Amino acid sequence: MPAPQCASCHTARAALRRPRSGQALCGTCFCAAFEAEVLHTVVAGRLLPPGAVVAVGASGGKDSTVLAHVLRELAPRLGISLHLVAVDEGIGGYRDAALAAVRRQAVRWDLPLTVVAYADLFGGWTMDAVARSTAGSGRSRACCTFCGVLRRRALEEGARLVGATHVVTGHNADDMAETVLMNFLRGDAGRLARGGGLGSPGEGGALPRCRPLQLASQKEVVLYAHFRRLDYFSEECVYAPEAFRGHARDLLKMLEAARPSAVLDLVHSAERLALAPAARPPPPGACSRCGALASRALCQACALLDGLNRGRPRLAIGKGRRGLDEEGPPREPQPSRPPTSEPVPDF
Amino acid sequence: MCEMSEEYRESAPKGSPPPRLGTRDQKCVKCKEGLPVVVIRAGDAFCRDCFKALYVHKFRAMLGKNRLIFPGEKVLLAWSGGPSSSSMVWQVLEGLSRDSAKRLRFVPGVIYVDEGATCGQSPEDRAKTLAEVKLVLQTTGFPWHIVALEEVFSLPPSVLRCFAQEPVGTESAYKAAVDSFLQQQHALGADGVERQSQHCAQDPHSPAGPPTTAQTQVLSRLFDSVKTLTAKEELLQTLRTHLILHVARNHGYSKVMTGDSCTRLAIKLMTSLALGRGAFLAWDTVRLQAAQGPPRRRGELGTPQRAVTAEYSEEHYPPHRPQGFSDERHGDVVVVRPMREHTLKEVAFYNRLFAVPSVCTPALDTKAPEKASIHRLMEAFILRLQAQFPSTVSTVYRTSEKLVKAPRDGCVAGPRCLLCMCTLDVDTADSATAFGAQTSHLPQMQPPVTQAGVAAGPCCCAGMGGGPSCYRGEDPRAQVMEQLCYGCRVNMKDLPSLELLPPYILSEAQIRSQRATAEQEVQEYLLGDSEDEARTGES
Repeated sequence: MPAPQCASCHTARAALRRPRSGQALCGTCFCAAFEAEVLHTVVAGRLLPPGAVVAVGASGGKDSTVLAHVLRELAPRLGISLHLVAVDEGIGGYRDAALAAVRRQAVRWDLPLTVVAYADLFGGWTMDAVARSTAGSGRSRACCTFCGVLRRRALEEGARLVGATHVVTGHNADDMAETVLMNFLRGDAGRLARGGGLGSPGEGGALPRCRPLQLASQKEVVLYAHFRRLDYFSEECVYAPEAFRGHARDLLKMLEAARPSAVLDLVHSAERLALAPAARPPPPGACSRCGALASRALCQACALLDGLNRGRPRLAIGKGRRGLDEEGPPREPQPSRPPTSEPVPDF
Repeated sequence: MCEMSEEYRESAPKGSPPPRLGTRDQKCVKCKEGLPVVVIRAGDAFCRDCFKALYVHKFRAMLGKNRLIFPGEKVLLAWSGGPSSSSMVWQVLEGLSRDSAKRLRFVPGVIYVDEGATCGQSPEDRAKTLAEVKLVLQTTGFPWHIVALEEVFSLPPSVLRCFAQEPVGTESAYKAAVDSFLQQQHALGADGVERQSQHCAQDPHSPAGPPTTAQTQVLSRLFDSVKTLTAKEELLQTLRTHLILHVARNHGYSKVMTGDSCTRLAIKLMTSLALGRGAFLAWDTVRLQAAQGPPRRRGELGTPQRAVTAEYSEEHYPPHRPQGFSDERHGDVVVVRPMREHTLKEVAFYNRLFAVPSVCTPALDTKAPEKASIHRLMEAFILRLQAQFPSTVSTVYRTSEKLVKAPRDGCVAGPRCLLCMCTLDVDTADSATAFGAQTSHLPQMQPPVTQAGVAAGPCCCAGMGGGPSCYRGEDPRAQVMEQLCYGCRVNMKDLPSLELLPPYILSEAQIRSQRATAEQEVQEYLLGDSEDEARTGES
């Protein structure tokens, strides 16, 4: 059966069906529609005002590649200038290959690129070192917890280095849906209360962040990258199989199979969650050490690094966060105690 | 040196190490004497009596903490035949028959909805199930109502209207009600009360007769026309709720109790999330609103006044934290969920140990594959995750307790959804999903204008004599869709022709849109808010 006509231009043969609506479109019309939708998101949400210097978080993956490409196309219309900021977490065998892809993109699109590395920013802690430090207690390594928080900080630092006014990341609708599922499963009321919008307006000195691809489904992002022949790095992070998000991702895939609009429905739900005021996080202040945005005395990045430096990596993970206010250099671990479930170093 | 660090302190054992499971001399963790028969959660082994005490205590505490159910009130127990609702009915039965002062004091009735037509059961199977059901209902001794789902087709449109809530009153009003009830009881003497309940039991409100084949066919046609199992289940739930509501209103019940357990509620929460009902999670899983929004009766429950009478041992539970379990969106009839703290595991154990009768009937999703509907998927997912992370169900449940009923922007008096009666959450402003929904609605086919549409046209014209109302009447599908919330809209998309819906839904939709058109026309002449006047004007 020959492919139907493109529903938009009625001249070319349709090359694909849009996943959400089932509309048959040719390649050029689809890309145009995609770009128009991103433009609409940005304009309707007033996310990037004219004259903004935008730092694009580029990881080399499909989302940030598509984001950078679309914004570059739309830059003249929006009146913004772009900088690529790539973060090197120090994950061997994964991040170096991804960074190579980012460098190629920067050259091809003639965009300035800045690379910030964890090793420089966080006192020598690369993700591999963090993984080694948290390993071996019988519990999960929680690498993604560290990586996510530290990457936000690194992105912010990189954005400041290039003098940006806004930070954009390539999260798509599937990411948002997974996030709300994950937060519910883990009972993270604070994040549930904060999420759901189109980004954060930038309180307390942090740069405003937004996610222009938030309404695009993952399949459409992949299709766009395919039709524009974009070069991106498509392998999974080495630590990804351990993440809790994997469960949410599996669930989302199954939900989408049962009902194609599940992703959109979840995003809608996330937008309209009403949490009790007691469950909402306190208004953010400033971190006492680095001055960044924080809802407690120490921002999460400082708290995590503190834990790592003291040899107690789980210090800031989970509830309680006891021992955070203790100052001073790392103390010696205790020599002897009754047998417990946690293995302890023997001196 | 002696200062142990925090982390190691919490893992140091307190006293003797907990006994390993499986040792012969393990005792019940509560009374330390009896031989344990059941393990709830990891490592908590209970003996039979302690387990029963715990179970019953949870039930009574849930009722007692909330003080919603006034003594002498008529409460309808929604019984599906399944384990949770059977357990609930059994608990109510036991609670009522206690001789002590801590007796439950409301007047229960039981309702059973026969849904055999939706699963395609043959009339003989349905009759057999009904016989079993009647047997169980007769042993309870409560007035019972057996209604077939086919009766949905004879419901009046008033079912979908939200009536003004009766002001239930404050703490002091509750206390006063309890005191007066106790006085009444003393005056009547113990026999008087017994006679009262006996009289009710002898009046079983038998149904009008089994539904006719024609009605069953209409119902089957409706359900067969729905394309996905998810939409079928949602439709079934909606119709069932309306039916129970109608019966409750007819017979003067002011409360309905459903037997949703903790596990079931957690699954329901996640399912509602996935169905786009994020705005109404609090109503679906039921959470009391703590003194927020417009000053309704609930706001007063935060007072620290303690009741002095020994009512459900409530003196042990000061009302400092309103634990909510009521759903008031239907106005005069309130849905309460007393089993919400019991996990499915506890319910199963209890039913087995204490021989609670239940009736097993096939449901809509019996033998359906796991990926068939969102409900099944979510159930399988949560139960699987629970096996790996044992705190999943309780975490999700606790998260649901943090939800609040007010919509995010704080506007309470908006139009309500036709089917689920929650405030509409679809705004045509620049919401992310409104835009996304636009792009996905493009190829939707509008059904051709049918007889119903044509018939509605002249009717509108006669009433209004205006042009716009005619066009609106010609498209009944759009008319109905715009009165639904986001979640119901997505469900209705799977129903290709809305004419198969029971007539009360369609006529109510029409009434509402006519009213909206009329209001629009006279908008400039209206002073102030006409919503309240309109509502009180409804009978």
